[in-house]
Amino acid sequence: MMRKKYLNWINIVLILLTILLAVIFLALSLGEINFSFSQIINILTKKEGIEYSILLNIRIPRIVLGAAVGGSLSISGLVLQGIYRNPLVEPYTLGISGGAALGVSLAIVFNIQQVFQGITLPIFGILGSVAMIIILYFISLRKQNININTVLLTGVMISFMTSSIIMFIMATTTSENLQSIVFWTMGSLEEPNIFLIKIVFFASLMGLLFIYFFAGHLNALRLGESNAKHLGIDTTTTIKILFVFASVMTGISVSVAGIIGFVGLIIPHLVRYFVGSDFRILIISSFLGGAIFLLLSDILARMIIAPNELPIGVITGIIGGVIFIIALTKSSK
Amino acid sequence: MKRQLEIENIVCGYPGKFMLKSINFEVIKGSFTGIIGPNGSGKTTLFRGITGEIPINSGNIYFKNRNLKEFTIKQKAQKFAIVTQKIETPNITVEEYVLMGRFPYKKPFQFLETTEDFRLAEKYMKMTGVFKYKDTLFSELSGGEQQLISIAKALTQEPEILLLDEPTSHLDIAHQVRILNLLQRLNNQYDLTVIMIIHDLNLAGEYCDNIVMMNNGHIHKSGSASDVLNYEDIEEVYKTPVVTRENPISKKPAIFLISERVLQGKQKT
Repeated sequence: MMRKKYLNWINIVLILLTILLAVIFLALSLGEINFSFSQIINILTKKEGIEYSILLNIRIPRIVLGAAVGGSLSISGLVLQGIYRNPLVEPYTLGISGGAALGVSLAIVFNIQQVFQGITLPIFGILGSVAMIIILYFISLRKQNININTVLLTGVMISFMTSSIIMFIMATTTSENLQSIVFWTMGSLEEPNIFLIKIVFFASLMGLLFIYFFAGHLNALRLGESNAKHLGIDTTTTIKILFVFASVMTGISVSVAGIIGFVGLIIPHLVRYFVGSDFRILIISSFLGGAIFLLLSDILARMIIAPNELPIGVITGIIGGVIFIIALTKSSK
Repeated sequence: MKRQLEIENIVCGYPGKFMLKSINFEVIKGSFTGIIGPNGSGKTTLFRGITGEIPINSGNIYFKNRNLKEFTIKQKAQKFAIVTQKIETPNITVEEYVLMGRFPYKKPFQFLETTEDFRLAEKYMKMTGVFKYKDTLFSELSGGEQQLISIAKALTQEPEILLLDEPTSHLDIAHQVRILNLLQRLNNQYDLTVIMIIHDLNLAGEYCDNIVMMNNGHIHKSGSASDVLNYEDIEEVYKTPVVTRENPISKKPAIFLISERVLQGKQKT
């Protein structure tokens, strides 16, 4: 029964929220100093001392950023997959993340990191991703009936080119700049600027709400663009709006947290396997799933070579790469 | 007889490639119209012009004397339902697929289906005989069944005109007849106007009241099936010699082909 399906959706959301809460507690408790569950409650209710400062100023912002970035990247991927009707499209494979990295690298090399103070690098990151969005837009959306393989291959080539240019910059710049670029491109959830974290968090929630408004449109697009049009959807405008929105969400996330690849690929893929292809549940579950995945990846990144930290992109990249190959072999069958 | 759709001097197509030349015809409420013509004659272009898939360069289309340009895309979807030739096969159940037909009636912040939506989906799944597949994945069914489900989805839109682009292509005769009988039943019992592109002239002759015969981007002839389906017009448009006779039972026109060997009066050697 269909009505049973709605109840099922509520259960799915509750389960994911419970897992997210558990992961948040795990992320709060693990670190250079470990806290137990009761200690965390105790510290947070007392609101004083160095432990409180660790939680409030270091771990909580990191968790908020992780959840927002994970959720944003995940639904950006989901939306792009929905409008291109291809499960292999995601911000990373479309070169949007690469564009952001290139923007940031250029800002570092030209020594203009302080033009807008603390938010310079994110601004250049967004500019870089916007540039890629424009290029992709002209290649993929301006013409009608574009072949999806062309879009995907163009995206992969854009990623490849941006990383080559970044490598060129890295090879010719000073060691100080090199370090900044490497640190940034590898991706990290360590962000001292609370204002930026607030922006990312707010953008991710707005994005979630806005994209959810299009859940029905995305559902109709599953039947193909012309069928969706016949159901009363202005597909051209809808696709353009969703494309730009997904790209901007990615741009904001990547420009603050660095390149964190494959979240937008793995999470919607896994979530689709469990909840089906209805966007009304897929969007919420992918957002929560992305948040959970990135927080877990961050815990791993912090734990594996503690007290040092692995770049979080390494963790998501390895898991994501494997899933990408599995998905590719499956879809070509 | 009430005029429901009026196509007035429309010109549309693909500039530089193929354009329709000033098309005019009328569709009466409750009629069953077939659009026929050779490959490349403009059937699909005309279809796309009517459904709004491609823009119309000049001319007008009137639905119940109201210009179609005045309709929003959603309003159009409440009046016209379209069954396309190419069916995408998403991994959703048949019921979910059919329920998509209710999209034109959804309000801006309505995310869930109403009881009425479920009732209509069930009604049309039963009518098209696909109710038994309701929980089956759409992608797992055969082409003929998918076509029936597409029709069920189109009916769930509760349209006043049903447009179909070659609904029976790639199907065996049993499925062809099943689909066309269903369309005929809908047409007779519910006074639903049906317009379809069809390649098979015999099926067109048997099922359509009116036929629009296209050739080189214009209407070669339109009228009742027996007026249009005669050997002179068919030979002229299709460049193929045929013999036309009356179907002894239905009294509708039937078309017979003649092979080159028979035409040349040769015996098999």
